[in-house]
Formats: sequence, structure tokens, C-alpha cells
Amino acid sequence: MAETYRIKEHPILEIKERKAIPFYWNDQKLYAQEGEMIASALFAHGIHVFGHHVKDDSPQGIFCANGQCAQCTVIANGIPVKSCMIPVAENMIVQSCEGLPELPEVNESPSFDPIEEYETDVLIIGGGPSGLSAAIELSKNNVPLILVDDKSELGGKLVLQTHKFFGSIKDCYAGTRGIDIAKILSEELLKYDTATIWTNSTAVYVFSDKKVGILKDNTYLLIKPKILLNAAGAREKMLVFPGNTLPGVYGAGAFQTLVNRDMVIPSKRIFIIGGGNVGLIAGYHALQAGIQVAGLAEAMPECGGYKVHKDKLQRLGVPIYTSHTILSANGRDEVESITIAEVDKKFKPISGTEKTVHCDTILIAVGLNPIDEFHKEAEEAGMEVFSTGDAEEIAEASSAMFNGKIMGIKIAKALNRSSEKIPEEWSKKAEILKSPPQKTLPYKLPKSEEGVFPVFHCVQEIPCNPCASVCPLNQIKIEDDSLLGLPTFEGKCTGCMQCLTVCPALAITLVDYRKDSHFPTVSIPYEVGNHPIESGQQIHVVDIDGDLLDELHVVKVRDTKTKTQIIQVKAPSHVAKKIAGIRIQELIVSEVRENPLLDTIDDSVIVCRCERVTAGEIRKWIRKGITDMNQLKQLTRAGMGACGGKTCEILILRMYQEEGYALQDITLNTRRPLYVEVPLEILSTMKEK
Amino acid sequence: MNKNFDIIIIGAGSVGVPIALFLAEDHFSVLVIESLASPGQGQNKKAIGGIRATHSDKAKIHISIEAIDVFSTWKEKYGDDIEWRSNGYSFLAYTSEHEKMLKDLLKIQKSYGLNIDWILAEEFLKIAPGVNPDGLRGSTFSPDDGSASPYLALNYFYFKSMEYGASYIFNEEVTGIQKKSNEFLIHTNKGNSFSAQNVINVAGNNANLIGKMVGLDIPVVPDSHEGGITDAVQHFFDPMIVDLRPAENSKNYYFYQRPEGQVIFCITPEPPIVGTDSRATSIFLPQVAQRMLELFPRLKNLKVRRTWRGQYPATPDGFPILGETEVDGFYLAVGMCGQGFMLGPGIGKLLTRLFTNSLSGDDKDNLKSLSLYRDFGVEEKFK
Repeated sequence: MAETYRIKEHPILEIKERKAIPFYWNDQKLYAQEGEMIASALFAHGIHVFGHHVKDDSPQGIFCANGQCAQCTVIANGIPVKSCMIPVAENMIVQSCEGLPELPEVNESPSFDPIEEYETDVLIIGGGPSGLSAAIELSKNNVPLILVDDKSELGGKLVLQTHKFFGSIKDCYAGTRGIDIAKILSEELLKYDTATIWTNSTAVYVFSDKKVGILKDNTYLLIKPKILLNAAGAREKMLVFPGNTLPGVYGAGAFQTLVNRDMVIPSKRIFIIGGGNVGLIAGYHALQAGIQVAGLAEAMPECGGYKVHKDKLQRLGVPIYTSHTILSANGRDEVESITIAEVDKKFKPISGTEKTVHCDTILIAVGLNPIDEFHKEAEEAGMEVFSTGDAEEIAEASSAMFNGKIMGIKIAKALNRSSEKIPEEWSKKAEILKSPPQKTLPYKLPKSEEGVFPVFHCVQEIPCNPCASVCPLNQIKIEDDSLLGLPTFEGKCTGCMQCLTVCPALAITLVDYRKDSHFPTVSIPYEVGNHPIESGQQIHVVDIDGDLLDELHVVKVRDTKTKTQIIQVKAPSHVAKKIAGIRIQELIVSEVRENPLLDTIDDSVIVCRCERVTAGEIRKWIRKGITDMNQLKQLTRAGMGACGGKTCEILILRMYQEEGYALQDITLNTRRPLYVEVPLEILSTMKEK
Repeated sequence: MNKNFDIIIIGAGSVGVPIALFLAEDHFSVLVIESLASPGQGQNKKAIGGIRATHSDKAKIHISIEAIDVFSTWKEKYGDDIEWRSNGYSFLAYTSEHEKMLKDLLKIQKSYGLNIDWILAEEFLKIAPGVNPDGLRGSTFSPDDGSASPYLALNYFYFKSMEYGASYIFNEEVTGIQKKSNEFLIHTNKGNSFSAQNVINVAGNNANLIGKMVGLDIPVVPDSHEGGITDAVQHFFDPMIVDLRPAENSKNYYFYQRPEGQVIFCITPEPPIVGTDSRATSIFLPQVAQRMLELFPRLKNLKVRRTWRGQYPATPDGFPILGETEVDGFYLAVGMCGQGFMLGPGIGKLLTRLFTNSLSGDDKDNLKSLSLYRDFGVEEKFK
């Protein structure tokens, strides 16, 4: 079987050559790349079903891609493991997990090492944008710290972000790609001897004796910090709908991990639920990886993410369905199509508006919840604890970096290691960076038809200023000098195109009338290398909303240092300024089937995916008056699985609301250790043979 | 809601609910008052579900045999699957002292009707293949002992008791008990008052606190134990395995495999950790993991999914306190020492006979030996 499903070309990411190592999947010899997780190696061969559930034989596969659930369990060399967390070893025998796994026999008696314990001033859980920024500030103040991160590479979700960042250049690397920011921050932190950095290290619990249990590679150890900083980020919310547990339905984060970290092609064609920035960006990442995007549905009348993100996706040819929700994921063993429908003002689907679209993957990007359990545990233990980044409040990574930096100084001060004053305007700026999109203003095109000038296809107030920062003539201003204002052009331009290549949204074009005032040259930024555009080729140019303006020939393709290409066309002057992008995806990709597939047996929908508990079972008990979620769990097992209710708890709360309960009448589940499952062998600190 | 009852039960836990069940079945009007949100949210949900009649004294053996009868016939009688299985108990002997102690007890246990025998190490390894045979001298095996789901059992006892007419109040704490001429007035933190001719204190960790409200000093002091559960794998051993050997900072520990394939375990800290702090400490997991893997190396690839800490409402001698008190009409079913779940239905049956004046001679002996006014100096062997 060939490794057909690997990304072989990418406009932004480097394709690293890695050693191929053989392994076996159900007796079939396959090749993985050295260091690759089992799940990714299987996806690289187009294998998406990793086993079947013991309760109802339903197909199981990737869901969280983050070690939190156990749905990707396979048997590796006889041992049941989570395939998203365990790298392939040479000649590893991997088998699908059919029903319950068999525990291998072990005959040798173990011996144990004493458990290692460490003390430090600050323990930071999470090496993403906020954790790294806080760690850097602490290190500048010589505060000894340990930073743990459960991934092999620092940067958190930054390492998955191939797009350029919003925000301000000065404060949070706006205009630089997330992957590059991750490098900058981790290299900076690595300069300090006082910072101990442990990757592949998962915090599992903050115990009452103020020690934090850490699963580091294959050892279990304890850290006792003076102060704990929770920078563990967020987890994705899920939705309940028929087919929601089919392999091929998963979170946008899992998708970005597979595509941008593991460089596999998990899908030919995706459909996205949720028009926040996460969903919009995932769509863009898919196109960059050569994966088709059949559409994006958002329940609200407007996408919640930045309009420029939405416009960019729409211009490339992805239909955006606002006021639409998912009705079902259709398919037997894997996703084959999606059915969506328009919703009314109460978010109820409107009969007759159902649409079925072919896709093999459905990304759920309907919001994030802070990972706040470490904070609560530490508080209960009586420790000094802070949270930052998404673990404190869900916002953009730019805000996470800036707030992490402030938090680092705050903690250094709390430890009497810094007398630095935190400038007052910082907290204001921190708030601005957290802001959701503000007003959308009228789209105004410049009147001028001579010379050369940039055109801003940017009409919504968001915290962003790179274009103003890079203009060598200082001719781009942000209205009111606020980070939230829209850019305006003051009249002088050399045509250097720095604003085009720095704009995170690719929302600036350059129109040049100097050579030909009837057919000015329009320069369009572009970075979807899997759809190479060449000189002489005919392309579809579109306006800000993605509507077709014209078919034009490319006169020149210019490469730039930022990996963003500039595509130049000569356009009739009546359309030139309106051109905002290039449609690359053919309409057939997002074609709606004639007869929508309708699945209405909503009682059979799975709410608890780990234990396969249906909405019907849960609703039955809710209607009997069970208002203690602990009791509901005891009766149904919903929440008793590997993920510990991380996915189903909010779904069940929503069901309570649907049944007419107020949330304050519901007793919430008791949270218990551990954060992730840990083998007894590791907890026992068994000596390696 | 009616405010006057034959019997008010304080506590809807492992013991309070089955008492309510059998009293209501016998047509007593019963109210159960519980401070938590639903039945079994105190220590019941911390129980790992082992049910045995393998005890060292007549009273508990009798009570447990009756309890096992309730657990084991529930499904055929009422249809609810409470996951009862007679997977048996094995107390292992690694020392000659333990072997002698266990073998001596066998005689007493058999004389009270318990189905239990001594099995050699080889036989034990057939029901628990993979256990480390080094130094194993043999074990008891009591095939009629078993396990059930504390969650499901208690919930179905609760639903059934309501069918029989028992009333429940949740999220309400008893704040005072007034003794009037021939009835009690019970006050709660929500300003409600209820009256009854009889009151049963089944308040678990709070037994002493409730006793004080009528002037009784009940010697129940909770101490903490931690438990955990793994991921699910195919069935690979049968009995509840109890290792009595003491080690550093711990006494016995025990574990079995649940019907859905998860292994559930618990350990007894030494010295006891007195109090009701239920937060997890960092000591438990490495400690119990080492002990379990030494005994049963095959467990090493199991993943610990969840852990918790709960209390054994302990008495000085390790036996429960049951029955009448010097306060006429005020009864006790407290101090279960971690065995409330397995004893609950047996206690419910026994107390119902007490209220219907149908106690047998054995019942009377058993209540006497578990009375608040006994000599607390003789310790339970399987404490």
C-alpha cells in the first residue's frame, strides 16, 4: 500500500525528508516516517478506521489527536495504546483494536526506582504563545522555572499556524507566521539557563500536597513549585448530530495537527462547521495543503471570526453558509456527505432548506473552552496560581502572547524578583488585543485612476496594524491611531508591495496605472502553492465577496521573501480596483446534491462518545427528574470514559436546557484526577529492563 | 408534602437507601433527608463494589449473607441489572501468620454458613493467571462472594423504595433534632421541620454530629482511603484479590476486574489519615501501582483512568454500630468502616425486622454484639 496521503508540496511548510521505517498494520507491511505517530502513519496510507467499539461495534478513529480521548486506540506490539501519542517503532506490529483489547501476559517481576521530585519557583503548564511569553519574562528576571509541554515541540498551536498573525508588530509579531513566531519565542527562551524546558511532558494533576504529577516521556515525576502558571490552552467544543462519531468527524485542531504538523492528507474534501477564526483558518490551511473545502456553515447570521479571514476563504471559492447548521454526517463506516439546513432566529432548522454536500471529513470548530482544571486543583490545594492565554480567557494568540508577557512580570513581582512597573497602557492594549471583531464599515474604493496605490479590502475593525508598520514612506495610517481602526492611505506609494506581503488576511492589492491607464496592472497576494499559478495562465479574478469579476491572463508571478507570491494581471480599469482575489476552487467541489439526505432519529445520536451513550438514554433520565449529573453518569456511564466527560459534559448541559431546566438547578459532575490516562507501569516508576 | 412520618432516615447513602427500601416495602411511612444532591453521593460512589460475607464474626457474616441474597436476586426479581457477579474473594497468604489466621477463621466462617475454602497457590493461579507465585502460600476462596455496581445498585434500590412510597429530600441538611414526648421534630437548614416517631441515624461520616443532636456520643471517626480505576480490557481474572501484607505507609489493598473490563482498586493507608479531606495526594498512585505490580506484573500495561479519595466511617473495633440507643425511638446504622455498600441491604432487612418485632434469636444476638453499648475492645480481623 502506497503512502499516497502525504503532503508533497506546501506553499509555507518545509517538507522534511525523514527515514522510512517499516511497520505492520493487521499483517500488511507499511512504511512510516521516523518519529511519526502511529495515527499519522496510518492516515498517510488512507487508513482511518482503527478499530470498533465494544458496545455497538461502531467504527473508531481519530477524534482529539491530542491524547485526551481513547478513540484512536490500536494494539502496538501487543499493548493497547493511543495511536496519536505513540510514535511508530521499526517493525512495530500494529493491530486494529476490535472490542476490548487483550492485556498481554507479563511474567518477570518488576523492581522500582524512587519517584523523582523537583522543586522550582514557577511551574508553567503549557509551552504555547502565552506560556512561552511568560517564561521569557520570568527568565529575564532570573526566576528559576520549569515549563512542561505535552508535545514534542514548543509553541503550542503556533506550530500549526501557517498564516501570518494579526495584532501589532511591536507587541506580538503581527505579520509573522505562527510557525515562525513559535521558533522565535522558543529560541529566545532557550537562551536562559534558569529555564528548564521539558517537552513530551503532560501535567496529570495538581495534588493537595501542592505537588504536580508529570508524565515525562515514559516516567512519572512530581514537581513542587512556589507558583503555578496554567497556560494549558483550550479544548474544542463538540456538537450532537446524527453521525457525529463517524471517523472523519473531528475538531479543527486535530485536523491542523494532522495536516500542518504531521503533513499527512487526512481528507480529500472537508466541510467546516463554525465560522469563528479557528474554522476559517482551518479552511485556509486545508486549501494550502491541497485539500478541497466543500463549504463552511455558521449558525449565526455573520461569521464570528475576522471578516478578512472569511473573505479570503470565500474568494478562493469556498461557499460560506451563514444561518446554517449541520443536520447530519452521512455515511456507513466513514463520512461520505454532510447535510446542512438554514436556521430560523431561534436556531431551529427550517424544513425545505436542507442541502447535502459530498465530503469525507467534517471539521467541528464551534468554539473553545479553557482548560481550567489545573487552576481549580491548585486553588483547592491552597497554592498560589495564575492562568494566562486561552486557559484564562479564549482569545487570539496575539493576545495570549501579550497577556503572557504581563503575567510573567506579575509573577516575577509576586516573587519579589522584579521591580519593573507594568505600564498602565499595557492593560488597555491587552484588552484591545482580546477584542472580538468590532464594527463593519462601508467598503470604499479609492477614486484615483492614476499612479500606483494600495487598495484595502478590509472593512471590519480588528486589532491589526502590520500594513501601517511596514510602509517605508509611512503613508499608511490606522484610523484614530487605534490598533482597531481601518487602514487609510495618504497618497504616496512606490509600489514596493511590502503591505501586500505582510497583510495577514491577504486583503491588500496594488493597482498600478503608470504604464497603461486603460489596463492597469493589479498585484494580488497569493499563497496556495498546491494550486500553482503560472505566467500566461488564465485565472478567475473575484471581488471582495468572492463574486466573479473577470477571467484574465497572468502577466507575471513574483516570489517574495515571505513565501507569499504576487500574482499580476492587467485588468480593464472598471474592474481593476475591485479585484480582491483569485478563485481557485472549482464550483463542482461545493456542489449541492439534488436530494438532501435526511436523518431524523435524533434519540440514537451519540452524546458520550467514549462509552457510546445516546441522547435517548440521557433524555430518558432527564425526563425522570435526574438533575444531579453525577447520578446521571452513574446511571448511563456518560462521562466515565477515557476523556472524563471533557466532550459530553457541555452537550448534556445543553440537553438539560432543551428540556427546560435552568443551569443553576443542575448539580455538575465532580472532576477527578487524572487529566490523561497513565499506565500503571509508569506510575509505579518501574525500572526499565 | 406530608410532614409526619413513622420513620425519618438521616442519610441517603449505601445503608440509608436500602433501609428505606425495606421499611417502605413493609408499609412504614418513611422520609429520607440527604444533604447532597442525589442518593449515594457521599461514600457510596467511592466504593469499589466488592460484596463479601467473608468476615470474622457471626453478626457481619449473617448480615452479609442476607445482603448477598438481595444483590444476587435483584435482577431476576425486578429486572434491573445492578451488575451482580459472584466472582469470589481471595485473601492471599504470603506469611505463615496470615495463613494461620485465615485458616483459623475458616472454621468460624464455615460454622456460620459461609461457603469458603482454602486453595493452594496453583489453584489460585488458575483463577488469577499471572499473579506472582513467589512466596504465595495459598489463599481463601469464597465463590459466593462477589461484586455489583454501587452506582446502579443504589439507584435501583432508591427507585424501588420510591415505588413503595418512601419520600426523599435532597440538598437539605439536618440542623437539629428535638425530642418531644413520643415523637421527634427534625429541623433542616432550609427552615423545614418534619416529625416522626422514630429516627434512624445513617449519616456516615456525620454520624457523630447527628448523634450529638440527641446527646449521644457515637464513636465514629472517618479516615481516608484512595481508590482508582483503569481503562477496560478483556476479562483476565476472576476474584477480588486482597493482599493483607503491610508495607511502608500502607496496609492492605485490594482489586478486581469489573464486568465492563476495568480494574478497580483501593488501598488502606498506614497510619490512618483521619478526617474528611477528599482531595487527592501525590502519594497514592505510585504507592498502589508498585504494590499491585509486584503482586500482579501483568497489570503494568493498564492505564489508570481516574482516582478518588473517600472515607471509612470507622469505629474503635472495626465493627458497625446498629440498633437501639438510650434515646427511645432513636436508632443507629453507622460506623460501617468502609463496608456500607456490602452490608446495606442486610442491615435494611434486619432493622425492618426490628421495627416489625419479628427478630429471630440470631438477630437479637447480632444486634447485641453490634450495639452502641458493647465493649469496643475486640478488634475485627479484616479491619
